[in-house]
Amino acid sequence: MSGFSWDWAYALSILPELLRGLMITVQATLLATAIALPLGLVLILIRVAGIPVVSRAVWFLIEFLRGTPFLIQLYFIFYVMPNYGVTLSPFTTGVIALGIYGAARAAELYRAGIEALPPGQWEACMVLGLPLPFVWRGVVMPQVVPVVTPMLGNLVIVMFKDSAVLSTITVLELVATAKDIGVMTFRYLEPLTLAGLLFWIVSYAAAHGVRHLEARHAGR
Amino acid sequence: MSGQSVSLHAYLPFLIDGVWVTLQITFAAMALAVPVAFLLAAGRMSSWRVVRLAAGFVIELFRGTSAVVQLFWAFYVLPLFGITLSPMAAGILVLGLNEGSFFSEVVRASLKSIVVGQREACVALHLPRRYAFWRIILPQALPVMIPPFGNALVLMLKFTALVSLVTVQDLSFRADQIRTALGVSGEIYGVVLMIYFALALVLAGAVALLERQAARWAGRPVPALLPWLRAHASPVPRWALGR
Repeated sequence: MSGFSWDWAYALSILPELLRGLMITVQATLLATAIALPLGLVLILIRVAGIPVVSRAVWFLIEFLRGTPFLIQLYFIFYVMPNYGVTLSPFTTGVIALGIYGAARAAELYRAGIEALPPGQWEACMVLGLPLPFVWRGVVMPQVVPVVTPMLGNLVIVMFKDSAVLSTITVLELVATAKDIGVMTFRYLEPLTLAGLLFWIVSYAAAHGVRHLEARHAGR
Repeated sequence: MSGQSVSLHAYLPFLIDGVWVTLQITFAAMALAVPVAFLLAAGRMSSWRVVRLAAGFVIELFRGTSAVVQLFWAFYVLPLFGITLSPMAAGILVLGLNEGSFFSEVVRASLKSIVVGQREACVALHLPRRYAFWRIILPQALPVMIPPFGNALVLMLKFTALVSLVTVQDLSFRADQIRTALGVSGEIYGVVLMIYFALALVLAGAVALLERQAARWAGRPVPALLPWLRAHASPVPRWALGR
């Protein structure tokens, strides 16, 4: 019955260690985001470019990544890469895997953003004979970016929560730290509850930020 | 190399049993998620403030914290309170409540998407509230929910891989065991990824059939069968790509 009652002193004593874990979680999320957002854009641009075999292959890749569990993708990369002589730290592997998975999901969001553009916009550009670089930079992007930005913000929050899966390949992030503390002290109530609370605080604050971003774009 | 593939082959029935477990969890958790979503949506739309706040709290709780944490919490902490669930039950409970929290927003939006005129007509005709909901509002809202339901079902399938972390013998767990037993590296996960993808295609196809049926029933244009094929057209006109 050791875990039945909440022990404040104990909870406070493990908080610094959990915060260190949270830092790793946040770092992994941000680094994976730095991979996911540009890579997702590249993927969707190749996909809509209509290059005979390549576009279809990229389309399949996006669907495959979106249709399979991240956990297994992570295991696959983690256990297969060493076969090809690539040995990276678990953290780097986790960031790359999360980045690739996020890129596939970001690609879908970019596509939704481009699809949301009224067809009249393309037609007007064509009729006016606008130069192609201007069509993309001056007409398409200014309309797509405000639509896509809040969706990408939400994606980052989802990736933040998904990063907990990295604990399975021995990355000592928030969940792994909480579990380790539980194993060592036989008290699971405080570490796991605090881990959940920390996740909630960060994602709630981030969701608030995304809503703010959305409101600002809508106001324009 | 050939010896390895022979032993992989021998392990195939073991893996197929895992597919069965994975599907069981997917459907059981989904069967929990749908009523939970309706309950939470009803709670959010209640005229009592307390009920609204309670439903909002549950939704926030499950959406704001990571599913992995929730799973570990159910597995390690709940027994401390005298609630000991089998790993499978804990997995189904957490996945169902988590997905239900997300899907409650879909339910709420679908119910709200029914035009005001329909509600006003019900009031004008003095239809009893319960009758109006079950016979007028809900039959119109359900078809709206089907495409997001399909997404949620595929999401749930992927989601179930997490229950392997609390020792449920699903597809993912068995893949891990085979890797350890054979001492082979990660190729087995390549196979498992393909199995998951095939399952996702089948589930999405089944929901697409349901969607067509619903459209026929509602007298609306019937959508194409495979959502994957539907989504393949490029949203960008060819000239804008410089060709």
